[in-house]
Amino acid sequence: MDADERGMSLLPDDPRSEPLRPHAAYKSSRLREPTQAPIKVAPTPLDLSGPSAVGTALEGGMVADLTCLRGGVAAGQRVIVAGRVLDENKRAVAGALVELWQANAAGRYAHLGDQWDAPLDPHFDGVGRVITDASGHYRFVTVRPGAYPWGNHVNAWRPAHIHFSVLGQTIGARLVTQMYFPDDPLIELDPIANAIPMPWRQRMVARLDMTLTQPDWALGYAFDIVLRGHHATPMEPA
Amino acid sequence: MHDDNQTPALFGQTPWQTVGPFFHYCLPWLGGADRAGQSNHGARPELLVPGQASLPRYRPPVIADGEWLALSGRVLDAAGAPVPDAMLEIWHADAAGNCHSAAGVFARCATTDAGYYHFTTVRPGAVCGDDGSVHAPQIHLGIFARGLMKRLVTRVFFADAPENAGDPLLQSLPAERMATLLAEQGTNGWQLDIVLSGPGETIFLQC
Repeated sequence: MDADERGMSLLPDDPRSEPLRPHAAYKSSRLREPTQAPIKVAPTPLDLSGPSAVGTALEGGMVADLTCLRGGVAAGQRVIVAGRVLDENKRAVAGALVELWQANAAGRYAHLGDQWDAPLDPHFDGVGRVITDASGHYRFVTVRPGAYPWGNHVNAWRPAHIHFSVLGQTIGARLVTQMYFPDDPLIELDPIANAIPMPWRQRMVARLDMTLTQPDWALGYAFDIVLRGHHATPMEPA
Repeated sequence: MHDDNQTPALFGQTPWQTVGPFFHYCLPWLGGADRAGQSNHGARPELLVPGQASLPRYRPPVIADGEWLALSGRVLDAAGAPVPDAMLEIWHADAAGNCHSAAGVFARCATTDAGYYHFTTVRPGAVCGDDGSVHAPQIHLGIFARGLMKRLVTRVFFADAPENAGDPLLQSLPAERMATLLAEQGTNGWQLDIVLSGPGETIFLQC
């Protein structure tokens, strides 16, 4: 048994990254967020373990390039979104399942529940799925999603964003987040992004990166995803 | 330049954000909630634009041993209304109580329009911790939905399990709310409703 499996524990959630709860500015939360604070408990063996190889169990699910489906090219601005999945100790998380979903360049999701009157794109579904390599890297080629209106309040518009789901080494370190783009004034107005107080909200804003950018082809955005950390040795009594 | 994801002084845990309402063409896989591999349970392919966004099929290793069971219920909001756009993830030990990465059981289920979830899996065994603690048969349950900024975490215990009386987590919880974590056996298998908010609110945990 190696150090990763023995005596492992979870670092507490970083309080700076905690969403405001309750968060009345986000209308959908009002009937859904619990009224009582979660009860603090010690991690159990289930929190400190998790499935491996879920990605390899998904038949037909791995998609790193979202921009050329069904014989055509997706509309909109092609972008590369890439980075590493790390833990809070800056250790690479290899073998993590990274799933991504997003609206198309017009701001429309390929979902029948989306009522926004913007065109669907037959060459863009908006779904990506990869497994991080040995150094924690992932990389997607996609298009920059459009902003779109939503019913939260009068004249509410979501900033351009990409949804990420990450399943790493343990269930306790599970993460679902959204990535934002650096030059987007709608972020300031968005109740979902602003559930995270400044400056920590900016942890979700990617950086334009000219080393990821490919000349005459696509802009590159760097976005590292940091999961809750583990410590491999139990804390010594003080 | 504004601070961003690459600013060294901001390095730390990436914040949670809601899954929103449109995750159905990515997260819930065909058969994702049926570890017996006999159905498409777990996914909502009828919500996808026809001809777009085909869902992958979940084919994890076959579970060889254990007592098969159904676990189902509704997800309800503070008004008692069903939540039709939630997703649940379960993680539990195998029948022998192993929950290391190769032995444990993982599954995902999107709720139906009527707010139902339905898993097919095996009954987990009790787990022995490194410190000698004994954990009653239980299922780690994560709940994701529009309106929830962060996953809610709870547990499902089996009402008939004698190990419940000695479970360190269960016994540390307020007795008057404990029933919100106890699945009961009904005519269609094990049943437990998840109440996100309000009267009868499920106990949610933070570790």
